[in-house]
Amino acid sequence: MSPVVKIQDLHKIYESGEVPVHAVRGVSLEIQRGEFIALMGASGSGKSTLMNMLGCLDRPTRGTYELDGTNIDDLDRNELADLRNQKLGFVFQGFNLLARTTALENVELPMLYGRHRKVSMETIRERAMHCLEIVGLANRFDHFPNQLSGGQQQRVAIARGLVNEPQVLLADEPTGNLDSKTSVEVMGVFRKLNDQGITIVMVTHELDIAKYCRRNLILRDGVVVRDEPVADRTDAEDEMERIKAAEAAAKLTHQAKSGA
Amino acid sequence: MHFANTLRVALRALRRNTLRSLLTALGMIIGVAAVITMVSIGSGAKAQVEAQVASLGQNLITVMPGSFSSGGMRGGFGSSASLTPEDADAIAAEVANIDGLSAEVRDRNQVLANGLNWNTNVNGVGPDYPYVRNWPMESGAMFTEQDVKSLGKVCVIGKTVADQMFPNEDPVGQTLRIRNLPFRILGVLSSKGFSIFGSDEDDVVLIPYTSHMRRVSRRTSISMIRIQAADADKVAEVKQSVEDLLTQRRRGREPDFTVRTQEELASAATATAKTMTGLLAGIAGVSLIVGGIGIMNIMLVSVTERTREIGIRLAIGAHGKDVLTQFLIEAILLSSLGGLVGVAVGVAGSQALSSYNGWPVLVPTTWIFISVAGSALVGIISGFYPAYKAAQLDPIDALRYE
Repeated sequence: MSPVVKIQDLHKIYESGEVPVHAVRGVSLEIQRGEFIALMGASGSGKSTLMNMLGCLDRPTRGTYELDGTNIDDLDRNELADLRNQKLGFVFQGFNLLARTTALENVELPMLYGRHRKVSMETIRERAMHCLEIVGLANRFDHFPNQLSGGQQQRVAIARGLVNEPQVLLADEPTGNLDSKTSVEVMGVFRKLNDQGITIVMVTHELDIAKYCRRNLILRDGVVVRDEPVADRTDAEDEMERIKAAEAAAKLTHQAKSGA
Repeated sequence: MHFANTLRVALRALRRNTLRSLLTALGMIIGVAAVITMVSIGSGAKAQVEAQVASLGQNLITVMPGSFSSGGMRGGFGSSASLTPEDADAIAAEVANIDGLSAEVRDRNQVLANGLNWNTNVNGVGPDYPYVRNWPMESGAMFTEQDVKSLGKVCVIGKTVADQMFPNEDPVGQTLRIRNLPFRILGVLSSKGFSIFGSDEDDVVLIPYTSHMRRVSRRTSISMIRIQAADADKVAEVKQSVEDLLTQRRRGREPDFTVRTQEELASAATATAKTMTGLLAGIAGVSLIVGGIGIMNIMLVSVTERTREIGIRLAIGAHGKDVLTQFLIEAILLSSLGGLVGVAVGVAGSQALSSYNGWPVLVPTTWIFISVAGSALVGIISGFYPAYKAAQLDPIDALRYE
């Protein structure tokens, strides 16, 4: 089976400052269907830049990128937008939900653009609702982002990323703005999706988050320095149990102290 | 379907931030309402002056004795017999395109009736006079050509005279004494109010000019001739013919008359009104500009602060065109809503001013159109421009915008 993502010798140079910044310096990579990859690296290692190029939000300065057999170099702005709409789901670190817009309407948004334009409003609503069910937020469909916790907002963003049944779900530091417990919650959702066969690529700089994935890529100074499968994957459910147990223990100690 | 989606997106965006939408529309409302109110007051005042000018009569030409030029110590000036009833008859007989004509002799006299007396204008006129002056009868009838020929002792009185002399009864059929001669009252003129020169037009008694000259004032000349041209286009032509005819009748003597059209008489009054309209149009223009800048500010700010939203939409697959259409629809909806409410507020404001201050107001449709179109144009352009700029950005740059 052909890889869903195939990049060769990808470079990105930012010319905006006084000195050109060579953020990505020749990355070659193949991603097969059903993979769950963590892109790791310190800040400034080029992982977010690579992610933006994978997400077709930014064009490479040099090199080729084939997504699901399409060379993105041949596409204009609008074709690129259609590609993002149909083949990619994107989850941002800062959620990037529309404010004052209900969870359901945020999830509906990608279906209002691209080839889904001809779909009826009822179908759109049904599918958005279904995606909210997948991330476990169906009961919060009419809440605004400011009425949801960070983890819940990120799950709405994941539902939005899923709604057009993308080839690849890309996540840029999806747990970067979340505490450890909600991070586990969100990683559980990703794990579940990957088990259902969805290809996921995420950027993180946290080692314990990367351990949820199947394959880890480590970048340094714009090049891949390590590419290896994860030996002992963390399971979100086990992790959750562990955290709950730790919390319960902390509560007991606290009570014991106050009782004394 | 596609447009329906964009419309849905735009409506959601407007509903999402009701306060911002209302403030944006408020900019439009104030701009449009200010312009309409200002221009309404100006047009009302202008229309009032024009109505007063029109009340002189329509397509009117007046012939006066002597010269009107201010420096005028000219030969014919002061000649007591410069304009005669025969001149009037000759004009009536020989000049074409005349609808009505009346000689006029003016005087002031003490009149008696009903045991009361009153000092008023006693004017000798022809039977066409009410028609020429555009001055209908309230009751009774005007005297006829026959009364003029027979030096009839008949009269028609103005509203003020009727009120003063016959406070509680119908004056028609009663007798009015002028210089101790009894004149039978045939009718009462409707009220005309004050003239543009400030005198009470209704304080008048009209008698046949022949009776006036022979029985009352014993004059041989008349004060003026009023002529109504058949058509506004014919005024100049009639004026020329009258001048030619009278010059010919003077047989080479220096012309001792002045022929003027209503426009010339009214030009001073209309000039004032024009100055006022100009002034108010200036104020309206300034309010339009100020309103426009207000609309521009709020549009630029509210669309620019939504750059991130535009970034999100682009990132999940919106084309630049989709985003532009959305912002264009939003701007058009807000502008037309604001424009409509602005017109309503402006018209209501004008009416309120009118009933509170008693100012005459007239809401001019042209200015409604100009103010709405102007503000809408400014609103749409200033809403479109930042959206256009944001839609040109790479999605990643739009997303990073704070």
